[in-house]
Amino acid sequence: NFCLPCTNKEDALRGQRARENELRSLESNLPYEGLEKGKQPNRYFPSNAIKTTKYSLLFFIPMNLYEQFHRLANLYFVGLVILNFIPEVNAFQPEIALIPICVILSLTAMKDAWEDFRRYQSDRKLNNMPCFIYSRKEKQFVERHWKDVRVGDFVKVVCNEIIPADLLLLYTSDPNGVCHIETANLDGETNLKQRTAVSGHPEFEPESFNGILVCEKPNNNLNHFKGYKPDKQKVGAGIESLLLRGCTVRNTDHAVGFVVYAGRETKSMLNNSGPRYKRSKLERRLNIDVLFCVILLFTMCLIGALGHYLWLNAMPVVPPYLVPPTSGQLDRPSLTSFYMFFTMIILLQILIPISLYVSIELVKIGQIFFITNDIDLYDEETDSRIQCKALNITEDLGQIEYIFSDKTGTLTENKMVFRRCSIMGTEYPHKENAIRLAVLDEPEAEEEVIFNQHAQPLPTRWSLDSEEANVEDTHGHGSRRRSKVTGNAQSDVAFSSPLETEVVPDGKLFQKISRTSSGSLSHSQKTDAYLDFFLALAICNTVVVSMRNPKRHRTFTEDSEENFQPSGQTEGVDTTGLQPCSPHPPSLSDEPALTSDNLRYEAESPDEAALVYAAKAYGFTLLSRTPDSVSVRLPSGEVLDFEVLDTLTFDSNRKRMSVLVRHPITKEYVLYTKGADFAIMELLEHFSGNKKNIATVTQRHLDCYAKEGLRTLCIAKKVVSEAVYKRWSVDRKNAMAAIENRERLVMDTAVQLEKNLTLLGATGIEDRLQENVPDTIQALREAGIKVWVLTGDKPETAVNIGYACGLLEDEDLITCTNILDCTLEEVRRYNADPRNVDTTQNMSLVIDGLTLDKALSPDLLDRFVALVKHCRAVLCCRVTPLQKSRVVKVIREKLKVMTLAVGDGANDVNMIQAADIGIGISGQEGMQAVMASDFAISHFKHLKKLLLVHGHWCYTRLANMIIYFFYKNVAYVNLLFWYQFFCGFSATAMIDYWLMIFFNLFFTSVPPIMFGLMDKDISAEMLLGVPELYKTGQGEGDYRFTTFWVSILDAFYQSLVCFFVPYFVYQDSDIDMFTFGTPMNTSALFIILMHLSIEIKSWTVVHWIIMLGSVALYFIVTLAYSAVCVTCNPPSNPYWILQSQMEDPMFYLICILSTVVALLPRYRVCHSLSSVGLKIFNCPEFWGVFVSTF
Amino acid sequence: MVKQESESANRPDNTAFTQQRLPAWQPILSAGIVIPGFVLIGLAFIGIGVALLVTSRSIQVLELDYTGDSNGSPCSSCSQSDIANCKCSLNFTLTTLFQGPVFFYYGLSNYFQNYRRYGASKDDNQLYGDLSSFTSPSSSCSPYNYDSSKKPIVPCGSIANSMFNDTFTLTRTVSGTTNNVTLDGKGIAWWTDYNIKYRNPSVTPLKNAFNGTVKPINWAKPAYELDASDRSNNGFVNQDFLVWMRRAALPNFRKLYRRIDASGDYQKGLPAGNYTIDITYNYPVRAFNGAKKIVFSNVSWMGGSNEFLGIAYLVIGSLCVVMSVVMLIVYAKFKFPDEE
Repeated sequence: NFCLPCTNKEDALRGQRARENELRSLESNLPYEGLEKGKQPNRYFPSNAIKTTKYSLLFFIPMNLYEQFHRLANLYFVGLVILNFIPEVNAFQPEIALIPICVILSLTAMKDAWEDFRRYQSDRKLNNMPCFIYSRKEKQFVERHWKDVRVGDFVKVVCNEIIPADLLLLYTSDPNGVCHIETANLDGETNLKQRTAVSGHPEFEPESFNGILVCEKPNNNLNHFKGYKPDKQKVGAGIESLLLRGCTVRNTDHAVGFVVYAGRETKSMLNNSGPRYKRSKLERRLNIDVLFCVILLFTMCLIGALGHYLWLNAMPVVPPYLVPPTSGQLDRPSLTSFYMFFTMIILLQILIPISLYVSIELVKIGQIFFITNDIDLYDEETDSRIQCKALNITEDLGQIEYIFSDKTGTLTENKMVFRRCSIMGTEYPHKENAIRLAVLDEPEAEEEVIFNQHAQPLPTRWSLDSEEANVEDTHGHGSRRRSKVTGNAQSDVAFSSPLETEVVPDGKLFQKISRTSSGSLSHSQKTDAYLDFFLALAICNTVVVSMRNPKRHRTFTEDSEENFQPSGQTEGVDTTGLQPCSPHPPSLSDEPALTSDNLRYEAESPDEAALVYAAKAYGFTLLSRTPDSVSVRLPSGEVLDFEVLDTLTFDSNRKRMSVLVRHPITKEYVLYTKGADFAIMELLEHFSGNKKNIATVTQRHLDCYAKEGLRTLCIAKKVVSEAVYKRWSVDRKNAMAAIENRERLVMDTAVQLEKNLTLLGATGIEDRLQENVPDTIQALREAGIKVWVLTGDKPETAVNIGYACGLLEDEDLITCTNILDCTLEEVRRYNADPRNVDTTQNMSLVIDGLTLDKALSPDLLDRFVALVKHCRAVLCCRVTPLQKSRVVKVIREKLKVMTLAVGDGANDVNMIQAADIGIGISGQEGMQAVMASDFAISHFKHLKKLLLVHGHWCYTRLANMIIYFFYKNVAYVNLLFWYQFFCGFSATAMIDYWLMIFFNLFFTSVPPIMFGLMDKDISAEMLLGVPELYKTGQGEGDYRFTTFWVSILDAFYQSLVCFFVPYFVYQDSDIDMFTFGTPMNTSALFIILMHLSIEIKSWTVVHWIIMLGSVALYFIVTLAYSAVCVTCNPPSNPYWILQSQMEDPMFYLICILSTVVALLPRYRVCHSLSSVGLKIFNCPEFWGVFVSTF
Repeated sequence: MVKQESESANRPDNTAFTQQRLPAWQPILSAGIVIPGFVLIGLAFIGIGVALLVTSRSIQVLELDYTGDSNGSPCSSCSQSDIANCKCSLNFTLTTLFQGPVFFYYGLSNYFQNYRRYGASKDDNQLYGDLSSFTSPSSSCSPYNYDSSKKPIVPCGSIANSMFNDTFTLTRTVSGTTNNVTLDGKGIAWWTDYNIKYRNPSVTPLKNAFNGTVKPINWAKPAYELDASDRSNNGFVNQDFLVWMRRAALPNFRKLYRRIDASGDYQKGLPAGNYTIDITYNYPVRAFNGAKKIVFSNVSWMGGSNEFLGIAYLVIGSLCVVMSVVMLIVYAKFKFPDEE
């Protein structure tokens, strides 16, 4: 069948086209069940088996080598090895040259192989996970493995199971067609997300699913999906119907989905891009210096070759020691010198240390170990350490000059606390709640006072904190520790700390509410704005209600059928029961155990949760939510079931969200809207008189809230007539089904409805400052770091927080700018004024998003940068995520400074990725920022120690170690170089080749690594106490051009001493070559180690052991080697040389003299710097203080 | 309690090591330590320097150049001719006793025994007495591994081939009569070379081992006939051969030729008087601007005469003392205003 290849090829081509097409048409596999592969409709799409391994068993070695040779350094070393094998170069033992590079390559290969093996294991585990696929033959779902899932299959997922592929949700056990999923595996967010089945088929049969499904090409956007079924009636499907691979099904017994994407095309796999590789500034510097070393090496080799040429030319006849090649005829001097150049490269190759890169890697691993193990950076509440995601930029932490910080969740806790509200123009200050919060601020008295307050006779319905009381009852006196545990037990639900869930109602308001609702449910409700206000708070959100008791287990459990056992007392006790799944949505009637205490609210944003809890405090308890209905219990105890007609979700353009419900009693269509004040105010119905008055008064309250630093939201409502709704709902349906421009159309429909609103009131939510924020900002600023705050909040709130956290100070000149040029001019004049020389530092800039946009336009950019350079603090408000990253990029590129961005939310991801170092705060707003970050911390205050202590240490340690490494190799190699002047530039070594390798590999390799890991130039207390010391690392830092060259010059000097002291001693004597080299090698060891001991600032036991151990190792290994090696390494002859030298007192006298003479200048310089008035400071510290005082 | 433990599963270990709080000693360079330290080191160095200098001065060295560059010198005729075994003699007079034990060296200058390829040009296995290497010398000896008729050269290589082959006899003239000074050639090589590194093949007579091989091109006699007077001093363990094979580190070097046998008149060394060295001049050096010399020297604990080390110790020692004085002044100047 010779035509087979061409059909195959055609098929492959068609497959490729199908995969790359923008739109895909998928069919059910069921009609084709049992047919051969070529007949399957979806055969072009990858199966669900994943393979994340990089290598295969067979080709591991070539593939890994190929990978490793992408590193320039490795290529260089391999080039050297190849050079060794060229006969003309006269390397004596080319095999030995192979050893170091082979060791390095094989170590790396082993590491890679191990990592790959782990990936293979996890792949296999994943691929063999069980799942249920519908089989037409057996007319039911049968158990298969994940790897058997194909595009076009029907898969059933059950509660607590992980979803095997991206499924289009077709059916759920929930009568409302809802399925809850937890996306923690994907984005780390722990709150439940709700997914809805496409066009609910209550009685779904996989076999009845026919026709095709059109969907878009796979992409990595977790929040976007487009697909439709081109039937008679076009049915659209969005992300709200897609179950993503890797998520866990929660609160839903089972669900059936159609596999849309499988395996590597699933969104979770597409999002799984490996670790990012950032290169630190120091590393970039290092590469330049490596280049200098290469130039130095070439110069030295050139000198050698030239010297050899001259030496040969000066020879009148062939002396007996010149060995002609085999031909018996000497080559021309020019040719010999040409070869000599390469021989010299081989001799002097260790100038570029192969061990440098390995040592840097090791040191960085160690530094990360120390950072992650710092107990000060550990957060007890969430039991989380600092995470280092980027492994190779630790030293950049010591060089930061600009910090860009998000406000919400970064400077503040992002624990939203309901503080005040204004309803229909009346302000309710909630003093009692403020007292409670004030009490919470004092951590020592915390528990006791809270409990006292619980004990106060409050109306029982309002005390929602019975679980706190329970804790007290069951455990006696609530100790601080226990209370923490209680907090933790709840912490798997986002935004549910006691701080946020408890709201003490305002007395006046509470009375008013109870008075209005005291009578039985009456028609007065429909007009009462107070009730509407709280109903809006309870309804207008996307909060998911779930039971409190069932603990969510993240692992897959087989026997999830266990019964639901409601218990109000299990809080704080480790519940061992498995998570039950309520087969039906919780409804009050048939679940008597369901009290309000058992409710748990899972919100996507903390504001929403805060508002729902506030409503609950006033008796408006949100009981359940399904896509179609919301149940709310009123203060009177009555339960209202609202039919939800539509939810207009929040987006950053509209800055508001709305819920359209049908009132169960009045049957009115009511739209409740909640949003940013400016987003609501402009949409209000135009009234005159009283209503207008309410708007102005409310606006005044809002301004007042903003000044207090509260986050404000406006609540509004609108009654929609049935006709309008009918018309609108048609538009809406069309928009939802659209595949082109769907987002825009959906938004347009939302805007269409959200107009002519009636203002109900406003809320003020406090976002409390995190612990020690002002202190941290102050310290960072003293450390010479400029702190910028970029926030989406409005200027008033931002400025307020700015003052609260010490970013802005009273004497600051705040320039709320609209006209940039004038400001700049003003600043210039201000600067030019000699009286203001000292005060220019105190300038701050507050700029809003609109102005920023203009300022960042190309023609103004330079002037803007010039302006902000003068400012001590900059506050950008109302900025979009894109602007945030733009600002970071501009500053980073224009000012050439090291930038750090810190944030906690998805809106900070751009900024975090744009900065040199991105820091994520693992807080309340999900994990997206943490996923994108290089380091993840739990509190802003950790930044202080991370930068000032760890940053400083990591940087100085690594910089000093690298400089030392260069010094060490230059000093050692130069010994060989000087010898060339006395051996006719013939590339002879007077030190045994093996001993040279040992010297670099064993005797002098551990001390620098220890130096890079453990040296403490300044103690942590001092670094924290005197933040100015951080300035040593900024800009050029310790590792600058001059430092490098000074140490290279020092290396030259020391090697000269080390060579010429023995030279002058042994001149004209009967010394033989290797006896001559031994004192040099030994004193080189002493010099190199003693040099390090001058650099080491504090000595611990480890230092002593390693330093003395290195010396001991040198003597032991060299003695053993020269006792064993008789003729093992011709032409070198180390046999018994060190032994005989050690019997000679001259050996010791030479070593002492060379060491002292070589190190005296460095010691003198360091010492005299430290002795002049600064006894306690050592060299670098002196510079630190010196720099900071001027 | 179990709960509490699991709560803080991620809690880092609070140990001195992980928290980087190991007790550390910081070398504080206060003037009170450094100045006395420098004085002490300086004084110690001066002491060592004086001792070294005194010892070095007490060593007697006599150097006699016999290259024969200039026309008037005794060996000029030999140096200009290529005659083998050219004889010339050198006279010198000692006015005082040359303290024993006296060592007799020959010295070469501008001779690069440390030349890279020269050093490799030998076969260690052959020199270890391995007979298989006799028939097929290592390629490292090339081009001195086979002669023109493809016979293996033993010992092969450039080092052996270029072996120094001048010989010397020392005579003393006392009141007209000339008598030989006995020279002792035993144990002048390294013990390890003689006993471990180099070995003759265990074939008796030794000559048989060399069957089928030829002597190095430049050699007058084969290896097994190097010393006619002592049968055990032949082959690869010949002392002169061993001394030559241990390559000199620097281009100007001397190598031990003989010791003056401390017996009879020479028990205390070389007494004052007139001496003659009879030289068999074979080794050409003038062509490459080399020089040859004879050196008599006695030794001390520090080896041969060397002024450098003593002077260096003295200089560094004095420098330390001077620096400590300067430091004291600086310290006084900066310290005292502080205290006011």
